[in-house]
Amino acid sequence: MLEEIQNILKSSIDDNLIIEADESSSPPTIVVQKENLLAIASLLYKHEQLYFDMLSCITGIDNGAESESMEVIYNFFSIPFERSLMVKVILEREGKLEVPSLVEIWKTADWQEREVYDLFGIHFRNHPDMRRILMPADWEGHPLRKDYEDPEKYRGMNVIYDRDEKSQTFENEVLNTKSQTTKS
Amino acid sequence: MSTKIQYQFKKDNLTNSAPNKYKEGELRSEELVINLGPQHPSTHGVLRLEVLLEGEIVKDVVPHIGYLHRCFEKHAESLPYNQIIPYVDRLDYLAAINSEHAYAMGVEKMLGITDQIPKRVEYIRVLVAELNRIASHFVAIGTYGMDMGALTPFFWLVRDREHILRMLEWVSGARMLYNYIWVGGLFYDVPVGFEQRCTEFVAYLKPKLKELDSVLLQNKIFVERTANVGVLPMDLAINYGITGPMLRASGLRYDLRKIDGYSVYPELDFDIPIGTGEKGQVGDCWDRNQVRVMEIHESLKIIEQCVEKLTKEHKRTKEFDPQAIVPKKIRPKAGDFYVRAENPKGELGFFFRADGKSDKPFRCKARGPSFVNLSIISELAKGGMIADLIAILGSIDIVLGEVDR
Repeated sequence: MLEEIQNILKSSIDDNLIIEADESSSPPTIVVQKENLLAIASLLYKHEQLYFDMLSCITGIDNGAESESMEVIYNFFSIPFERSLMVKVILEREGKLEVPSLVEIWKTADWQEREVYDLFGIHFRNHPDMRRILMPADWEGHPLRKDYEDPEKYRGMNVIYDRDEKSQTFENEVLNTKSQTTKS
Repeated sequence: MSTKIQYQFKKDNLTNSAPNKYKEGELRSEELVINLGPQHPSTHGVLRLEVLLEGEIVKDVVPHIGYLHRCFEKHAESLPYNQIIPYVDRLDYLAAINSEHAYAMGVEKMLGITDQIPKRVEYIRVLVAELNRIASHFVAIGTYGMDMGALTPFFWLVRDREHILRMLEWVSGARMLYNYIWVGGLFYDVPVGFEQRCTEFVAYLKPKLKELDSVLLQNKIFVERTANVGVLPMDLAINYGITGPMLRASGLRYDLRKIDGYSVYPELDFDIPIGTGEKGQVGDCWDRNQVRVMEIHESLKIIEQCVEKLTKEHKRTKEFDPQAIVPKKIRPKAGDFYVRAENPKGELGFFFRADGKSDKPFRCKARGPSFVNLSIISELAKGGMIADLIAILGSIDIVLGEVDR
């Protein structure tokens, strides 16, 4: 199946757009460059032999500081041909974290891209409404990054809860009240 | 006992943490912004809808979500694969077994032990999953009827759901969050007499569904409220990634149980009901509920067949151990996997990345059907009346635990 996609891409845009292809993974995977993503995606959507009309899932991944890369992974499904495809875009962690938005082609990308932005801080160019979606709008940092550290406080509330400390103070308070009641 | 007050109240806390899209000063004089939720019975949980109105006409809906965000994906990165299952239960808490089934299948696929699962285990999984699917649809239809002003069907359906919850409690020990399906097997075999109870339940439920049809679906008031409301064309539904009963109501025979043919579903005989536009247009709110009711009939068919198999071909034996091939150590080889299954609400997908070195996933993403289905609300509600907004929201059938994760 990947050969077919490669041939179609070659004939309609340009060759060597696909950096890497893996047929054995589940589902079959291609890796593309972020500059070519929009062109490849619209071809996957429009071409009558491919017709990937369903964008099931968009996932962001942070590979950590050592590997210096982040990824955005798209899972497509073609309803008429009943086959799936995984498309990966690899970004440099230190560089500009920006990917073209696919909202123009698939409307479902709207919320899913917002989620990736919220949790990873990857921007989507030309997205109509790039706001946080799950976290509060004034939250600092992007929680699913590997080097993320919880803030100590959010609006005066403790974010990090030390359970042991908390239960100890609670026990002390209970003991104190007990001793007071027995005294009186 | 002195307790420290942790929360510092400020007037602008809400407007800073979840700011409105439409600001007060920028509205025209005939426009009005009203706020539905986060605590509102018709939003089915903690969902906030910012509605821009002109008179009674909805001009725009901006959903604000995340009030129930529990960091499932972050938690999953620090837990071994088998310990994530209880968290998976809490995503879609109305259909926990279906979610467990999808998750367990995914991890089994990564380990490459899908073919080794005993048939009896697979049939039990499908049996309990279909029971849970019925329970989930009961809540969807019942609460929808209540939104539309019909209180009786809700009581009837909760009464019948109670039978299912008790049966599942008998199987797993819990009423809603089961942790019953394990990676590679089951927590325990079904109790003695469970198959008999299932047969009795199917016989009990069939006439009740006829009652439900006449009291709710054919009810004149219900038809007036839902027919031709929130019509969702098929191409738009696919473009928005809508799955499950919503997509089927729009007329597409799309069911992953048939398309992917996972577990033992290829061996079972059942149909995929689709919306026909009987009372109005194809893909309206009435169709979505009709599809759910028809799916309950199909689930009953599947349950009957599973019981038949479990009492004859794959009978209970003394040697049968549902935990026989539960792996002691779950360490999949490195790679990316996307697995999906048909939940009552649509396609539940799990994306895994395993690094091959640890028992914990490097990344685990849950693609919740409720989250994706909810994103269409503003498209459907625009231009309608505000009462129709409630009808549309109810017919999407969201569970906020899965929207916010």
